[in-house]
Amino acid sequence: MSTASPGTLLICEHCDTVYRRRTLERGEVARCACCLAELERHQPLGVNALLALVLTAMIVFVQANMWPIVTLGLNGQYSGTTLWGMIIAMWQQQAQVVSVLAAVTLFFFPLTKMLVLGWLLWFARDGRRAPGFVRLMVVLHHVGPWTMSEVFVLGALVAIVKAHTYFDVVADPGIYAYAALTLLITIFAGVDLRQLWDLTREDPA
Amino acid sequence: MSAFPRAAELGLIGCHVCGLTCRSGPGDAYLEGGHMVCPRCGSALHRRKPNSFVRTWALLIAGFLLYIPANVLPIMRTASLNDIDDNTIISGVVELWVKGSPDLAVIVFTASIVVPMLKFLSMGTLLLSSQRGSDWARPQRAKLYRLVEFIGYWSMLDVFVVALLTALVRFGLLSLVEPLPGVIFFGLTVVLTMLASMSFDPRLIWDGRDTDD
Repeated sequence: MSTASPGTLLICEHCDTVYRRRTLERGEVARCACCLAELERHQPLGVNALLALVLTAMIVFVQANMWPIVTLGLNGQYSGTTLWGMIIAMWQQQAQVVSVLAAVTLFFFPLTKMLVLGWLLWFARDGRRAPGFVRLMVVLHHVGPWTMSEVFVLGALVAIVKAHTYFDVVADPGIYAYAALTLLITIFAGVDLRQLWDLTREDPA
Repeated sequence: MSAFPRAAELGLIGCHVCGLTCRSGPGDAYLEGGHMVCPRCGSALHRRKPNSFVRTWALLIAGFLLYIPANVLPIMRTASLNDIDDNTIISGVVELWVKGSPDLAVIVFTASIVVPMLKFLSMGTLLLSSQRGSDWARPQRAKLYRLVEFIGYWSMLDVFVVALLTALVRFGLLSLVEPLPGVIFFGLTVVLTMLASMSFDPRLIWDGRDTDD
């Protein structure tokens, strides 16, 4: 029996089946033969393309947070809000738990994700590992499931429809920024960030 | 299940965090304070997530207990000049349906009622069947777990709707929206069920008695 080095092996996270890794062609997805979970997919986007997307996402994120999302009108009175307006309103209305949840899943974690990713990708352009690479990759792994901007977009849509019955509704630029952000998040959903481990090497310090 | 080589049988461990394949013997995964640690990212290595059954049960039951007040208590109060209206999750769905957006009503119903219920039922089924080492419908159960993981966080939808309406509808005496305790319980339910599905180890579905020889 030949012993393959562990680096060439791939373990299915969902059922523990071991595979020999092979290079994937464009558009190919490797699936586990035992449980059908996705093992790996071809990553069409290079480091530079990913960095460009992260920078775009940052710009859109700033806009999504600064601009009002939607404005309601009632008898000539108008009332609009931004994401932070919403977070503060929940805090003041005795729903601090919700306020913190919203702040974390819609602001702090997405922000952390983008900044960390931008930092790591910037160095990865020359195949280098950014300072703090290992710790930041672990952070990225844990923050991942807790970003919910796309859920918020759908929530905003529902809120608009609900409010529409009683108020005049004006969609503000923030909602478009959020729509663009959702699109970028969807693109990132197919990106396996673990590839950064293979694309970079430790500096011979 | 001897058809496929499994990591645990080969003395290999896959790192949860960075995906590296490590040999579980000495030399590769090094020991730190009695724990095996991934040589690449420094995270603790486990053949299976530690105490997966107990943790998942605990989080799932806690989530279910909070889901009761989340549904019974109103999540949002709409106050206007001459009338105060408290909405629960289900009455909010009904209102959407009646006011002419049945499509959105279906979406909210799915996110707030179907998804959490599906999570409780699926996770319960997965836990029970895996604890008994059952080989019943393993590929389907594996798929069910991935579905639960994928849709879990969409339940946050209603929480964001209430938050946004609270911030928007502030017309003094004319019209006001306030959050009510139900929404807090609901938000916590979503977090707890997400934690529950994360602490479940899908590899446990494939463990247990080997029946094919």
